[in-house]
Amino acid sequence: MAYSDKVIEHFQQPQNVGSFGTSSDVKDRSDIGVGIVGAPECGDVMQLQIKVDDSGKIEDAKFKCFGCGSAIASSSLATEWIKGRTVDEALEIKNTEIVEELALPPVKIHCSVLAEDSIRTAINDWKEKNGHKVEDDHHHHH
Amino acid sequence: MTAKNNTIYFDHSSTTPCDQRVVDAMLPYFTTIYGNSSSRNHAYGWEAEDGVDTARAQVADLLGAQPKEIIFTSGATESNNIAIKGAARMYAKAPVGSDNRGHIITAIHEHKAVIDPCRRLEREGFEVTFLEPGADGIITAQMVKDAMREDTILVSIMWANNELGTINEVPCIGKACKEHGALFHTDATQWVGKMPTDVEADNIDLLSLSAHKMYGPKGIGALYVRRRRPRVRLEAIQDGGGHERGFRSGTLNVSSIVGLGAACAIAKQEMKAEGERLKALRDKLENDLMSRLEVVEVNGHREHRLPHLTNISFGFVEGESLMMGIKNIACSSGSACTSASLEPSYVLKALGVGDELAHSSLRLSLGRHSTEAEVDQAINDIAAAVEHLRAMSPLFDLWKEGVDISKIEWQSH
Ligand SMILES: Cc1ncc(COP(=O)(O)O)c(C=O)c1O
Repeated sequence: MAYSDKVIEHFQQPQNVGSFGTSSDVKDRSDIGVGIVGAPECGDVMQLQIKVDDSGKIEDAKFKCFGCGSAIASSSLATEWIKGRTVDEALEIKNTEIVEELALPPVKIHCSVLAEDSIRTAINDWKEKNGHKVEDDHHHHH
Repeated sequence: MTAKNNTIYFDHSSTTPCDQRVVDAMLPYFTTIYGNSSSRNHAYGWEAEDGVDTARAQVADLLGAQPKEIIFTSGATESNNIAIKGAARMYAKAPVGSDNRGHIITAIHEHKAVIDPCRRLEREGFEVTFLEPGADGIITAQMVKDAMREDTILVSIMWANNELGTINEVPCIGKACKEHGALFHTDATQWVGKMPTDVEADNIDLLSLSAHKMYGPKGIGALYVRRRRPRVRLEAIQDGGGHERGFRSGTLNVSSIVGLGAACAIAKQEMKAEGERLKALRDKLENDLMSRLEVVEVNGHREHRLPHLTNISFGFVEGESLMMGIKNIACSSGSACTSASLEPSYVLKALGVGDELAHSSLRLSLGRHSTEAEVDQAINDIAAAVEHLRAMSPLFDLWKEGVDISKIEWQSH
């Protein structure tokens, strides 16, 4: 299978790889939201950590990913897109936009879904830690 | 065509290049010796027939068989189909349309070209036992004996597995079949031309092979059909002019048959030295990777396997991304992402390899033209790619923290 140039770019030079600490390090930090989605036996796990300021703006984002090239590219792209946005703006990101940007073929759409899920899960984690109302609206498109 | 300059070819279990000596042997048969080998009344036919006769003797010689016992086919898929369906239908215990037509034994990690014919026979009223290997991937004679029934017609167990290289207990399985009065077929596609074969000593009734796995051309293979003790009969699949003793009608593919014969003759001469050379390279590849990286596992039995290939898992790294990271090495992976089905390899699953390690596997298979420099390059490339990917793997972090990944409740789709 041939990969799009964008996927290859993100794969070779992934943006924002890393974390703000181990799960236990960041568990009690109210400025950090963590989203871990996927499962090893399914071949992909994404971990997204966001650092949110008092106004609800995502200051910084870090990812780690076990998965195929498209999964890595989707998470790398997701971190780029959410940085600088408010959490509510970040929740607007749709998996279909990721598919389009990376020119993912149909068999790789689940990678974009996972990236969208990781954004929502991380934001919900931050919201819960900070006593905000969590909305659970699955709106991704396969 | 995609660029493949500087790409190392470590996918010889998928297919091999044609040996130049094979090509040279074939060439006259396209333009000069182009007769139909069945034309009995003129020199064009005789010349072609001579070429086929020589090739038949060369194939037979490699197998320890008689030339008359060799049937030319289009490859191992066809050989398997003729052998399995042909034997079951010929020796059926009950007529078409009834149940309980007989019992067949095979294994769950066979090639699809064995599994699917068996599945079809199930729909035709035969019963099939799919044996499960142990964690080492091997099917033993005892497993076969335990599955034998009074109405067992046929046992089909591959000699060496195409994904793992593991070697099943073929001579002993053949002996068990003989004692029981069942026919024994082996898909020897990955074995023949690499390891010594003797259909008499190895107790084989039917054997499939394919030229393109042994430096011959694609689209040609053979089926060995035993003619004495017992004389094996088969119901043909393809009817027509009665070529190949009626087992496989159709004008013979003379040039490719000559190529297969030449490939067999070369293999007979060179396989011992070649196997030893490739084993040393394969072992170096494995050992160096295992000493440079943590959590590397070889899948399948470490000793009872072919010398030139390794199936190896790199923990916490997904196979497709690993292949993307080693784009200068052509190889295969058991990862779901590299298959159309999105399922990890059913062969690795059969061994009980955890799904995550199956997703993390590479099959690297060396061949006649592989060099030590290529192995060194591959070691460096693979180690670098694994390190690059582990640096971004959340699973590697968890492992380093001492977390048991299997105990986590993953939020899967
Ligand atoms: C074990 C085994 N059986 C059968 C086949 C099919 O062979 P062919 O491509 O000649 O039909 C292969 C090759 O893919 C194989 O490895």
